[in-house]
Amino acid sequence: MREILGEIGVLTMREIRKWLRSPFLMFFTLVQPVIWMGLFGKAFNITGFIRIPDEMLQNLPPYVTSQLAEIFNNMMTRLFGTADIDYFSYIAVGMLSITILFSSMSSGMGIAWDRRLGFLNKLLAAPIWRGSIIVSKVLSGVLRAVMQAALLLLVALAFGARFHVLFPLGPLAAFGALFFLALGLTSLFIALGLRLKSWESQAAVMNLLNLPLMFASNALYPIALMPSWLQAVAQANPISYAVDAVRQSLIYGAAADPSKLLLDLGAVAVFAISFTAIGVLIADKGLRGG
Amino acid sequence: MESIVVEGLVKKFGDFTAVNGVSFSVGEGELFGFLGPNGAGKTTTINILTTLLKPTAGKATVAGYDVSTHPHQVRKRVGLVPQELTVDDDLTGMENLMLQAGLYHIPRSEARRRALELLDLVGLREFADKRVETYSGGMRKRLDLIAGLMHEPEVLFLDEPTLGLDVATRAAIWDYIRRLRKETGTTVFLTTHYMDEADNLCDRIAIIDRGVIKAIDTGEGLKARLGGDIIELELVENGLDVVRLLEGVEGIRRVYVDGGVYRLTVERGDKMLPHVLEVLIQRGVAVKRVSMKRPSLDEVFLEFTGRKLREESGSWEDTFRRRMVLRRMRA
Repeated sequence: MREILGEIGVLTMREIRKWLRSPFLMFFTLVQPVIWMGLFGKAFNITGFIRIPDEMLQNLPPYVTSQLAEIFNNMMTRLFGTADIDYFSYIAVGMLSITILFSSMSSGMGIAWDRRLGFLNKLLAAPIWRGSIIVSKVLSGVLRAVMQAALLLLVALAFGARFHVLFPLGPLAAFGALFFLALGLTSLFIALGLRLKSWESQAAVMNLLNLPLMFASNALYPIALMPSWLQAVAQANPISYAVDAVRQSLIYGAAADPSKLLLDLGAVAVFAISFTAIGVLIADKGLRGG
Repeated sequence: MESIVVEGLVKKFGDFTAVNGVSFSVGEGELFGFLGPNGAGKTTTINILTTLLKPTAGKATVAGYDVSTHPHQVRKRVGLVPQELTVDDDLTGMENLMLQAGLYHIPRSEARRRALELLDLVGLREFADKRVETYSGGMRKRLDLIAGLMHEPEVLFLDEPTLGLDVATRAAIWDYIRRLRKETGTTVFLTTHYMDEADNLCDRIAIIDRGVIKAIDTGEGLKARLGGDIIELELVENGLDVVRLLEGVEGIRRVYVDGGVYRLTVERGDKMLPHVLEVLIQRGVAVKRVSMKRPSLDEVFLEFTGRKLREESGSWEDTFRRRMVLRRMRA
């Protein structure tokens, strides 16, 4: 057992070192979510459409204004979870989960490169538990994804995202959700990376999954705005639950719903555990020689 | 005791038979080479002996353990240096060696001591804390070689150790392989498609072609099987019926004509050369140029396999890998 922990330790350290030493890669995994954040968050200010201009409100009698306010607040709450929200904050938090998605994908590609460069053979010829190879990949992938998300959170703050943390454990819950999402997605993509040995089919599958997973979730816009068939897909998408958990715990403030948050956390945890189990099984088969 | 014993080894990939009933054994401390063109089954054999692949049939014992039934015991006792460069560019030389040591559960202080010793041996000590991406192709290969020796394996497998390196670097790598083997007494099994490499390094050579071993012997022994030396002649005037004349001379075994060059296989070149010239001059045949050489392994390969040792077209993946190895070597 001590030997296995040692193996996992050195292999995880290798991945973390590689990551820390290529700031270029770190930068590029961040760039894409930042672009989405800027493009959608600032340019398509969806919440702005629903607001009523101030001069219009001033010319109305008070009882009409209060009724209007109620109607619009209802709309906002139905669509965005709370009335007191700007679209930039809404999407910035969504992007935390998207950066986890991209980062997990690049971990999956990493194992394909190890195979191609012959490094994997060197590992397989060593007297180590085959599972160590997978566990260290998943572990370093998760660590990387969550750190990446933390970095993005800082970027969002710098660009003016507003946070309303109600629960004292809010940040913990948010990163718990992101951790589970990272665990499930990294396991999934590492298993894919090991099973799809040809480079082209791997790129094809990753590209097939990546954008639909992002758009068919509540990361960019509310599920309530989607057609019903897409709503069904988005509700099955684990990213939606992680995104909602982060929103509940970081930006909804007084409007946050603790039971909804618990449900979200439960859903991503189940996703993480089942996909890790499936991933390890598939990956183990992929590592065994013919 | 034998370090490697292989009996009737077969490996099939679908319909394709990569290794077709190979048997050989390698003694302790021996440097044994597999010589053959790409696709001959060399890497497949190494992959079976290092437990990366399971054989379809046959039996292989490495360092006293059966590769099929006790792979973990075999892995503890063998080192593998694949043909691709497997050192990590983003890590330093020392970090690469410590990673390797971690995979073999060597305590850190002991690992550091061994790493420094091995780095010294291949002249890389001063580069130990530099990142591998700053290394030349030859330096990377040297690091890869000693990484395979960190856990003091009983048998070291080198798959095409000098693939893609320039001539001077190759000679240097050969020196290091000889030195490492002398210092550690490790049994070395290497594959190559370079004649001079097999000839220079190996105690014994197995010639393998299309998954079958055609001959196993020392380099000298293989050459001796060809029987003697080769005399090459060019004449002032072609078209004379010299072949029949020469074939009649006692001591000449065979005469080939290839583009105006007569190649005679003779038993003792030093004795036959004056005699051959005498016969020709007596018949009034003017000789323009004459040379004598010992047969090389190239001729041996031709003799045993009926074809020249040359690059064969492999699969797309194979070509890609090879190109990638070359690119990294040049970097």
